[in-house]
Amino acid sequence: MGHSSGKSYIYEEPGLKSWFTSLDHKRIAILYFVAVMFFFLVGGIMALLLRLELFAPNTSANVGQILKNGDAYNQVLTYHGAIMVFMVIIPGIPAILGNFFLPLQIGAKDVAFPRLNLMSWYVFMLGASLAVATFFASKIDTGWTFYTPYSIRTGSSVVMMVVAAFIMGMSSILTGLNFIVTVHRLRAPGMTMFRMPLFTWAIYSTAVLQVLATPVLGITLLLLMMERVFGVGIFDPKLGGDPVLFQHFFWFYSHPAVYIMILPAMGVISELITTYSKKTIFGYTAIALSSIGIAAVSFFVWGHHMFVSGQSELAGVLFSFITMLVGVPTAIKMFNWLATLYKGSITFSAPMLYALGFMFLFAIGGVTGIILAVTAVDVHFHDTYFVVAHFHYVMVGGTLMAIMGGFYHWFPKMFGKMYNELTAQLSWVFIFIGFNVTFFPQFILGAKGMPRRYFDYIPEYEQLNKISTVGSWLIGIGFLFGLYTIIRGLTSGAKAPPNPWGSKTLEWQTESPPTMHNFDHDPIVTAGPYEYK
Amino acid sequence: MANNQSHHNDHGAHAEPHVTPLRTYLNVGAALFALTFLTIIAHVFKAHYLPLAPFIAFGIAAIKAFLVMAWFMHLKYDEPSNRVIFALGFFGLAVLFAFCVIDIFTRVAQGTVL
Amino acid sequence: MSTSRLINGVEVASHFRDVNHQYSSNKEGIWLFMVTEILMFGGLFVGYIIFHSLYPEMFAEGASYLDWKMGFVNTLVLIFSSFTMALGIYYNQVGQPKRATWALAITVLCGAIFMVIKYFEYTHKFHMGIFPGRLINPEMMAEHGHPMQHANLGMYFGFYYCMSGLHGIHVLIGMGLITWVMIRNIKGEFNPKYYTPIEGVGIFWHIVDLIWIFLFPLLYLVG
Repeated sequence: MGHSSGKSYIYEEPGLKSWFTSLDHKRIAILYFVAVMFFFLVGGIMALLLRLELFAPNTSANVGQILKNGDAYNQVLTYHGAIMVFMVIIPGIPAILGNFFLPLQIGAKDVAFPRLNLMSWYVFMLGASLAVATFFASKIDTGWTFYTPYSIRTGSSVVMMVVAAFIMGMSSILTGLNFIVTVHRLRAPGMTMFRMPLFTWAIYSTAVLQVLATPVLGITLLLLMMERVFGVGIFDPKLGGDPVLFQHFFWFYSHPAVYIMILPAMGVISELITTYSKKTIFGYTAIALSSIGIAAVSFFVWGHHMFVSGQSELAGVLFSFITMLVGVPTAIKMFNWLATLYKGSITFSAPMLYALGFMFLFAIGGVTGIILAVTAVDVHFHDTYFVVAHFHYVMVGGTLMAIMGGFYHWFPKMFGKMYNELTAQLSWVFIFIGFNVTFFPQFILGAKGMPRRYFDYIPEYEQLNKISTVGSWLIGIGFLFGLYTIIRGLTSGAKAPPNPWGSKTLEWQTESPPTMHNFDHDPIVTAGPYEYK
Repeated sequence: MANNQSHHNDHGAHAEPHVTPLRTYLNVGAALFALTFLTIIAHVFKAHYLPLAPFIAFGIAAIKAFLVMAWFMHLKYDEPSNRVIFALGFFGLAVLFAFCVIDIFTRVAQGTVL
Repeated sequence: MSTSRLINGVEVASHFRDVNHQYSSNKEGIWLFMVTEILMFGGLFVGYIIFHSLYPEMFAEGASYLDWKMGFVNTLVLIFSSFTMALGIYYNQVGQPKRATWALAITVLCGAIFMVIKYFEYTHKFHMGIFPGRLINPEMMAEHGHPMQHANLGMYFGFYYCMSGLHGIHVLIGMGLITWVMIRNIKGEFNPKYYTPIEGVGIFWHIVDLIWIFLFPLLYLVG
C-alpha cells in the first residue's frame, strides 16, 4: 500500500530489546514462533533418534543400536513426548497464529490484556527452560504422562519437570483467558459472534478448554509433587491411595488438551479451504458450533485413556459411548469442508496442499480413533503401535500439517514477503509421503501386537520398522525444505501485496505486514467473513 | 462508529457499576456470623441427628457461600456473562467429581477396588 | 500495540473504547481467573470426598486431632476480613479513600491473625509428631498419649496439610495483593471512577474466604 500512515510492526521500534519488552500481540507471536521452532527442532531430532534406534532389533540384550540402552531410549522418548506436547503443539497454533491473527480477524487493535500476553510468554519460557534443565540434572523417564506409582519411585528429577509443566500450564491459562476476553469484548463494530472467521471460533473454543481444564492439571501436578516429597499416599496404592485417580485427574486435563491441540488446526483448515476454493464456506454456523461442540464433549471422554488401567466396567462403557460422540461434530466439519471444495475454483498452492493433506490424514486419524473407542478392540490395541500411529495421524498429520499450511498462508501477512511456491510444495510432497511411510506401517505393527515405548522388538517386526524409519528421514528432508523456504522467503522473498490470495477476512484488508495499530481506520463490519462471489 | 470517545456508551451492555449500600454489607456480614454460630451449635448437638450432620454442615456452608458470592463478590449486580463464567468452574468440578465417583464406587461394587 | 489516553481522568488503553469498556473487560478477565482457582482447589475437594467415603474411620481418627474451636475462630476472622474488604471497595466507590485505606489495613491484619492461628495449629501438630504422609511419626504420637490407629493416617494429614497449606499460601498472596492496592490507594491512585485493581483483589480475597467456608466443615466438623 503506497500511502500507509505508519511503519509496519516489524520496524516501528528498532532494536532487539524492543522485541523482548513489546506489548504488541504481533511481536509476541513472533517471540513464540522463534521459541516453538527451536523446540520443534529439538523434539524432531529426538524423534529421528528414536526411529533410528528402532531401525533393527538389537543383537544383544541391553545394548541399543544408536542409544546406549533401554534407559537412554526411555529418556529420549519422554523428552520427545513432553517437548512436542507441552512446548510445540499446545502453544503452536494458539500462541503463534492465534496471537497474531485473532485480534486482526475481529478488527481489534490488540488482545484484551497486552501486558499479560507478554508475561505469558516469559512464563512459558521459564517453564520450558526448567523442563530443558531437567535434561542436564537427572533425565526424566516417566513418559509425558507421569503415571503413578512409577513417577513416585523413579530416581529421575520428576519434581523439577512437574514444576516446569505446572508453569507452562499457567502460561497456557493466561493465553486462553486473554483470548476469551478479547473475543467477548474487543470485536469491531458490526463483528457479531456469527460473523467471526472460523479460525477465531476455533481459537475461542480452545481458549475455553485452556481455562477450564488446565487448573486440574495444576493441582494434579502439585499433588504428585507432594507425593514425592512427603509420600502423602493419595495416588500410591501402597499407602491406600489410588493410582487410577491420578489418571482421572491427569486425563481430565490431558484429554481436553488433545483438543487444545487439534481444534485450532481445524480452524486453520476452515480458512485455507475457503480461501483456496474461492468459495463461501459451506455450513458456516455448523462449523462454528461444532468447535464449541467438540470442546464441550471433550470434558466427558477422558476415561477412554484408561480402558485397561482398572477403572470400572460401567465407567469404561460410559466413556466408550461418549467418546464416539466426538465423531459427530468432527464429521460435521469434514463434510462441510468437502462440500466447500465441491465446484470451487481450487488453487493447488502449498497451503491448499497442506489443507488437503490434513483432510486425508486426519480422516485416518479420526476413524482409527473411533476404532480405539470400542472397549473390546481397545483391550487388544492398547499400548501398541496402533495407538502411536493413531495419535500421530491426528497430531502430526492433523495439527502439524495445519501449522505448516497456516504458516505459508499467513507468511506474506506476517513478514510482508512472499515465499517460494516451488520449494514449499516440494516440502509438502516429502512430508506427506514421508509421514505415510512412517506411520502407516505402525498401524500394522500395532495390529500385530508390537507394544509401544520399548527400545527393542522381536525380529518378526523388522521389515515394517525399517520402512517406518526410512519414512522418518523423508519427513526430515521435507522439513529441511520447509526451513529453506522460510529462510529464503525472509531474506529474498518478493514484497507481498496486502491480499495476495484474494481472501475476505479482515486481516487481509490491512497492509502486509500490518502497522502497530493493525488498521489505519477502525474497521466496520457489515457482512460475514467468507462472502466470495 | 464515528466518535467513540464520548461519555455515552453506545453498547449499552455495560452500565455504570452498581454501588451496594453500607447497610447491605452490614446485614450480610451479620448473617454470615450468625450462620457460623449456627454451624457450631449444630456441631455440638450432632449426636442427636448423626446421619444428617454433614448435610446440615454443608447446607449452611452453601448458604454462606451464596451470601459471599452474591453480595461481597457483587455477582448479584454483575453482568450475567460473568455469572455464567463463574458457574462454569463449578460445573467442570461437578463433571470431574461425577465421573471419578462413578468409576470408583462401581469398582467397589465390582470388588476390584484399589 | 498498547498506548493509553485519558478519558474523564482515567487512563484507558487504546484498544478499549471507553472507561466502561475497559472496566468490564478487566472484570471478565478477573472472573475467568477465579474459575481456575475454583477448579484447582476443586481437585483437592474431589480427592478428599472420595477417600473420606472409602476410609471413614481413618478420616474420623484424623479429624479428632483437629480443634474445631481454632477453626471456628479462624472462620469468624476470615468472614470479618471479607466484610472489611467489601468496605474497602465501597469507600472508594463513594469517594472516601481514607476510610478505604483503613478497611484494607484491617483486612490485612485479619489475614495475619488467621495465619498466626494456623501457625499455632501447625506447630501443635508437629509437636505431636503429626506430619503429612510418610513423615508422620507414630512413636512421637504414642509418647503424647495418642497412639496411631490406622496405618495410613498419613494420607488424611496429607490432605489436611495440602488443603490448608494451599489455602494458607493463597491467604499470604492475598495479603500481599491487598497491601499493594492499599499503598496505591494511599498514593491517591483510585477514585470513584477507577478502582478496578481493588475490586479484582477483593474478588480474589472473597474466593479465599469462600474456600475456607467449605474447608472448615470438611476438615474440622465432618469427622
